[in-house]
Amino acid sequence: MSEFLYLYRLPADSGELPGSPKNMQERLQKWTAWFKELEARGHLSALGHPLENGGAVVKEGGRAVHDGPYAESKDIVLGYSVVQAKDLAEARTLAGGCPVLGYGGMVEVRPIRQV
Amino acid sequence: MTAALPDEHFFRRESGRLVSTLTRMLGVHHLALAEDAVQETLAAAVEVWSFRGVPDNPSAWLMTAARNRAVSQLRRERTARRFAPEIGRQTDAEGADSGPGSALAHLPPALRDDELRMMFSCCHPDVPEDAQVALVLSLLGGFSAHEVAGAFLVSLAAMEKRLSRAKKVLSRTRTLFELGARDFENRLAAVQRALYLLFNEGYHGASPDAAVRLDLCREAMRLVALLVEHAPAATPSTQALAALMALDAARLPARVDEAGDLTELSRQDRNRWDRRLIARGLELLETSARGDVVSEYHLEAAIAATHALAPTAGETPWADIVELYDVLLRIRPSPVVALNRAVAVAEQLGPERGLEALRSIPGAERLAAYPFYPAALGELELRTGHVTEARGHFRAAHRLARNPAERTFLDRRLAECERRLAAAATKPSPTRPSPPR
Repeated sequence: MSEFLYLYRLPADSGELPGSPKNMQERLQKWTAWFKELEARGHLSALGHPLENGGAVVKEGGRAVHDGPYAESKDIVLGYSVVQAKDLAEARTLAGGCPVLGYGGMVEVRPIRQV
Repeated sequence: MTAALPDEHFFRRESGRLVSTLTRMLGVHHLALAEDAVQETLAAAVEVWSFRGVPDNPSAWLMTAARNRAVSQLRRERTARRFAPEIGRQTDAEGADSGPGSALAHLPPALRDDELRMMFSCCHPDVPEDAQVALVLSLLGGFSAHEVAGAFLVSLAAMEKRLSRAKKVLSRTRTLFELGARDFENRLAAVQRALYLLFNEGYHGASPDAAVRLDLCREAMRLVALLVEHAPAATPSTQALAALMALDAARLPARVDEAGDLTELSRQDRNRWDRRLIARGLELLETSARGDVVSEYHLEAAIAATHALAPTAGETPWADIVELYDVLLRIRPSPVVALNRAVAVAEQLGPERGLEALRSIPGAERLAAYPFYPAALGELELRTGHVTEARGHFRAAHRLARNPAERTFLDRRLAECERRLAAAATKPSPTRPSPPR
């Protein structure tokens, strides 16, 4: 088993209509169900956290070069989780069920370095 | 992951409450800001609750988060000096200032009044009726412009325009409608009318999606219940309106099947009518009769009650129903009421008399786009044995049909015509259909 970081990304210009309250509630239900299923199947190492949109990028000398949201990365990282899978192929398949895909978002799947 | 949400309409309902309360706090001229803050709050709730679970008191969490968002937005707009301290004070006084997740078991009455006041604000006399209904759906019902447009078969652009014009009218007054205001009664009549139209759009409306129409009925019933619970708004006509909705809604399980197809009143399985809603409707109708006013809602509710109390379609006291329609026509003359009356006349006195009544409807040209007018002509012609004429009317109705349910209903009637034409010379079967109601 290997561990993978899932970064949930939503392009700022995904062109999606703003979700109605009904859509939002459906989204919440889908996320809850998805996490529950990952957990039930033993894939969830760490639920992770949702992230605020914003923050800063700090470079040498402690100089903040950006106050987010970041202009150069055109998407917002909504949150992250750590998932267990036997290889990248399985991690990709699991990520395919993520609700963020249903509203213009994507999942970045990154193997966590083991050695 | 902790508690589940109370029900599938939770976000919608909360959206209406949050927009109403924030608008009361910020002033109607900040309506757009309030709406944005609510939208962002719900989006944030999706993210936070996905990871951490639903908090114990989701309503209080949302109220606090939305208020904080609105305040910081105002600060960014630099109007904070004038408004933000005031908002802080107001909400502290209401006890909504406790952090997310804290217990605030019931919304204080003041917060429930906010929805009522918003409802009255939406029904401003300078806002056209169709826009009032759209506003109610959007601001109180938590429907997106896209969903409202879908419900009324209007383009998104047209609906956005309608909504933004109406909101402009609203924001001419800075505060929400005061429930003790001088023109309360007039405004109440407009609110009742808007809720009536909203319910009817759900019941008879054009949206192809049966679930959407059901949502409209449900929302109208939720809002009319707010009126019924609020003493000054709980007039006899409000109670009659609530009775009408309950009695009509009681028939929904038998009227629309799982596929969204319609079954007309005479063929509905009366065992599937919702007895609880009928009881509620009758109770409300009785309460409503204590006043000295007979409104159009009283009459429509009385008609619905007469149907509800008839054990079978054949035992319907049609003479009573025709009489109620006669009074209704005097109070609120309308071609649609006259159409329904004509159908009742046909039941009472036979299809020929019904056809006469249909053909003599004053202003029948206003029914030109209403599929149930030619459909009613078709039914009665069919009953008099004029199958070819009936087929012509059903075809005309089919061209006017606004959604698959209406088309399926008319397809069935057309098939019946074809069957009879094929069987030609032999006896026509004595079915007694009428337009769905």
